[in-house]
Amino acid sequence: MFSGTFDPAVLSDWVLKRAHPGWLGLRYRDHGDDWCELELPWRADLVGDERQPVLASGPIVSLMDMAAGMAIWVANGEFRPVATLDLRVDYLRPARECASVIGRVTCYRMTRSAAFVRGTAHDGDPGDAVAEVTGVFMTLDPKRMVWRG
Amino acid sequence: MADLLTAYARALGVTVAGTDDGAPVLSLGFSHDLEGRPGAWHGGAIAGLLETAGYAALRSALAEAGRDPLLKPINVTVQYLSTGKPQASYARGRIVRLGRRNANLAVEAWQDDPAKPIASAVMNILMVESD
Repeated sequence: MFSGTFDPAVLSDWVLKRAHPGWLGLRYRDHGDDWCELELPWRADLVGDERQPVLASGPIVSLMDMAAGMAIWVANGEFRPVATLDLRVDYLRPARECASVIGRVTCYRMTRSAAFVRGTAHDGDPGDAVAEVTGVFMTLDPKRMVWRG
Repeated sequence: MADLLTAYARALGVTVAGTDDGAPVLSLGFSHDLEGRPGAWHGGAIAGLLETAGYAALRSALAEAGRDPLLKPINVTVQYLSTGKPQASYARGRIVRLGRRNANLAVEAWQDDPAKPIASAVMNILMVESD
């Protein structure tokens, strides 16, 4: 399950239905050679401030983190586990009220053990971003995937 | 202290475990809903806990000052220091600078030992008075 070719069209369902992405309800939208696009559907219990029906920043970080992981898998063609080392999110403006957020992340550079990503989150118009993200991930040895104390 | 937590934080399951040096210490037990790769916390869930602790520290300090502005994130940078093991995590924010319109926070998350953080964050938050 954690080795071999990564085909988002086949595996995204499995990857996104379980665990934290499943809890958030992340949906696969599209991918290319080195990028992946996911959607975080609007949900009332994910707001950051009850005075504004706008998705909190935390779920947007999760969306971008997950899209980054999947971008890395499509870029290296292999479904190897990755760990986030560093992730920076700049919030350009709040998402629109009750709007889903769409995140597209590109893996623009890959070394033997590190993957560099950048991405944009928007709520309908890719030219009018909600957030910009840059990050570095480390690729892991699948044999060490499960923590063994 | 429940009003220190956002709807998102309560949905995640975050609770206020106590205070340390005046700042709320937040706690979040592990569950499958917070998992990334099998047997480890999802980076996004850890970021959510860190952000929540940052907001809680700021909310707490603002309440003490009699202020209740809208908080808008400007940016957050998260450093992941080690794998989140499948057990409870804790987080505490520290206000580096509290101005009139802008706050800068440093946040740390840990599991067994506060001196050995599993992740840290730096946050800049814009404060907009709602009157």
